[in-house]
Amino acid sequence: MSVVGQAASRQQRTGEWLRARMQTRGFLWSVLGVLLLGVLVLAAFQGVSAQRLISLTAWGLMLGGIIGLGSIGLTLVYGVVKFPNFSHGALVTLGAYLTLAVMAVLPQGPRLLPFSFGWELIAGLLIAMPVVGLVSVAVDKVVYRRLRTQGAHLVLFAMASLAMEFFLRSWIYLIWGSDFHFYYSGRDNPALDLILGIRVRADQLFIVALAIVLVAAVYLLLERTKIGKAMRATADNPELAQVRGINTERVIAWTWMVGGALAAAGGVMYGLSSQLRPEMGFWLLLPMFAAVIMGGIGNPWGALAAAMIIGIVHQVSGAFINPTYGPGVAFILMVITLLIRPQGLFGKGGG
Amino acid sequence: MSENLIKGLLLIVPLVLLLGLVLPRRPWRVPVAVVGGALVALTLPWVAPAGPLSYSVSFAVMGSLYALLSLGLNTQWGYTGHLNFGIAAFFAIGAFTSALVTMEAPTGLAAQYTQMAFGLNQPFLVGVVAAAVASAILALIVAVPVLRLRMDFLAIATIGIAEVVRLIFQNERWLANGPQPLRGIPRPGYCLFQSEGCEGAPAWLNALFEPLGTRDYSLLYLLITVVILAVLYVFIERACRSPWGRVLRAVRDEEASAAMNGKNVTYMRIQSFVVGAVIMGVAGALYAHHMATIDYSHFHALFATFLVWVMLMLGGSGNNRGAIIGGFIVWGVWSGTAFLAGAMEPALALISEDLPGRAPYIRWMLVALMLAVIVLYRPQGLFREEKRVSRYLAD
Repeated sequence: MSVVGQAASRQQRTGEWLRARMQTRGFLWSVLGVLLLGVLVLAAFQGVSAQRLISLTAWGLMLGGIIGLGSIGLTLVYGVVKFPNFSHGALVTLGAYLTLAVMAVLPQGPRLLPFSFGWELIAGLLIAMPVVGLVSVAVDKVVYRRLRTQGAHLVLFAMASLAMEFFLRSWIYLIWGSDFHFYYSGRDNPALDLILGIRVRADQLFIVALAIVLVAAVYLLLERTKIGKAMRATADNPELAQVRGINTERVIAWTWMVGGALAAAGGVMYGLSSQLRPEMGFWLLLPMFAAVIMGGIGNPWGALAAAMIIGIVHQVSGAFINPTYGPGVAFILMVITLLIRPQGLFGKGGG
Repeated sequence: MSENLIKGLLLIVPLVLLLGLVLPRRPWRVPVAVVGGALVALTLPWVAPAGPLSYSVSFAVMGSLYALLSLGLNTQWGYTGHLNFGIAAFFAIGAFTSALVTMEAPTGLAAQYTQMAFGLNQPFLVGVVAAAVASAILALIVAVPVLRLRMDFLAIATIGIAEVVRLIFQNERWLANGPQPLRGIPRPGYCLFQSEGCEGAPAWLNALFEPLGTRDYSLLYLLITVVILAVLYVFIERACRSPWGRVLRAVRDEEASAAMNGKNVTYMRIQSFVVGAVIMGVAGALYAHHMATIDYSHFHALFATFLVWVMLMLGGSGNNRGAIIGGFIVWGVWSGTAFLAGAMEPALALISEDLPGRAPYIRWMLVALMLAVIVLYRPQGLFREEKRVSRYLAD
């Protein structure tokens, strides 16, 4: 081989080597870490005090909890049924509004100090979760199962789910109107003083705790129960799962049930932290998908961790850019992930 | 010349072209379109009262705009299988770019009410071209990182880009008046319909439009819109019947074998995505000059993305004529249900006093159901894709 050829092939090898290094998990982690650090440094340069930065980070974790609750369900469904469910946003909204409806019926009890809500919100949450789960199972039976039996292409599923997003949202508009709603209007919600001068509301701590409890429950479901194992088997290879005697239709119904219930929980927490609007789920859709992709499709822990990263970057960057650009921040993080490592932070394959 | 005759003459070209676009490819297409279009155009102004006539002309303008969007989506989805759920982004970029290029930057007191990044005061066609270029640049920014990945990622990313574009136009007051509407977008040839006429136009042209008032302006705009629609239709139709179009289908159906035959799959995908986005950008520019006042809320995911998907899926993905027909049908259904929702209001008031005000959302439900039914029962749409598209093969 000539000297020139050798040089060219070495150059090519260097390129491949570089690309292989760039597509590793570690590189993505470090890019995200540098980004996070950069946002913090930028905020510090804008004159944001260290104390406020810590508070913003803490709030970011809370926001991450809300996004995480929604994205755990989304990632489960994505992993098992294998299509991006665009109607997940409407399920989130539906959960929030169903809780509102339940609370309107129940008598208003005393508030559970230090939280701003009372038992009726918990009751509403516990009723809304299975109801939204059943709604998503029903949608699956009517729409997606028919597509499955036809062996339809992924894009038809995605399109049908977009149709369902608008269908469910139109019901929400018809029943509750387009105005804002609050779970508790005019109730004061003082912040607690924690260590390091962090001031957070007790509700925000509740959101993070609920997210961690629910993701742990999903983890136990997947690892320890028979239906969870069947879910993982169906996600890996539906045909093989069927051959081994797993009723995949039943597994899929359970997946929708769990996914819908978690979406409802996310919606209630989002409604508790701000207010209820028919478009709230659609606004959450982009951060949720970003978390799903960053965490690796089908990975609940990954989705929660990625949601926390998105939440922190969202809140801290809000110190120096318009906070309404939150979905834009999530979008940028998602595009970075897609560029470097489409399998996500915790996905299989690659380095 | 009488008022009705001028109206009829203005209607001839759009009606002939629209008929030609809608009729099937048979030898009798051209003569039927010419004779039928001319007959309808020359009788309509006498038969139809002025109100319904101007309503139907406006309807046809919007129908053609949606047909254009549907045509753009067809190049992306129908021919290449791109799942673009962010049509609103390209539509909005086209509309605002053309508005900024053609408007004059406000000065003095008006500048306090209307803020815009720049106002170049260029002619209409320059605005349309600028809209196409801006839309193409946005498409490249989206396409290059995402198109080499799986199709579902494109759907998520385009939903994201539509959201980001909408947020930018909503928040950045300096760019295009932010949350406030951008008013006074110039309409091409509007001065011809004003009583004093255009300054630069020849005297006979001003004299010709003398009998018409400004409320007849949409007749001229229909002519402009339909001519652009027809030109782009012919362009896309030729491109899709050329080797280029056949490679796109090969990439869509058998990516591996297209790559094995030496086609650069990613490059082809990017090309078709950009071409589709350019058409959407042109539609956006036409929309801005039609409405004369635009703001971010016009580019809602429902009107600017979802409705277009229903149109293309109904008309038939991979069939340009189907895309246009689907556009007109769905726009007709959408406009018609406005009357339906209005008619249902008394009945809805019996159920709950809040319901009549929410009747418009019944239309959302109807179009959502329509798309679900099409996806489930007839995913190929009204008109199937033509499998043999070479000019040298008999159909």
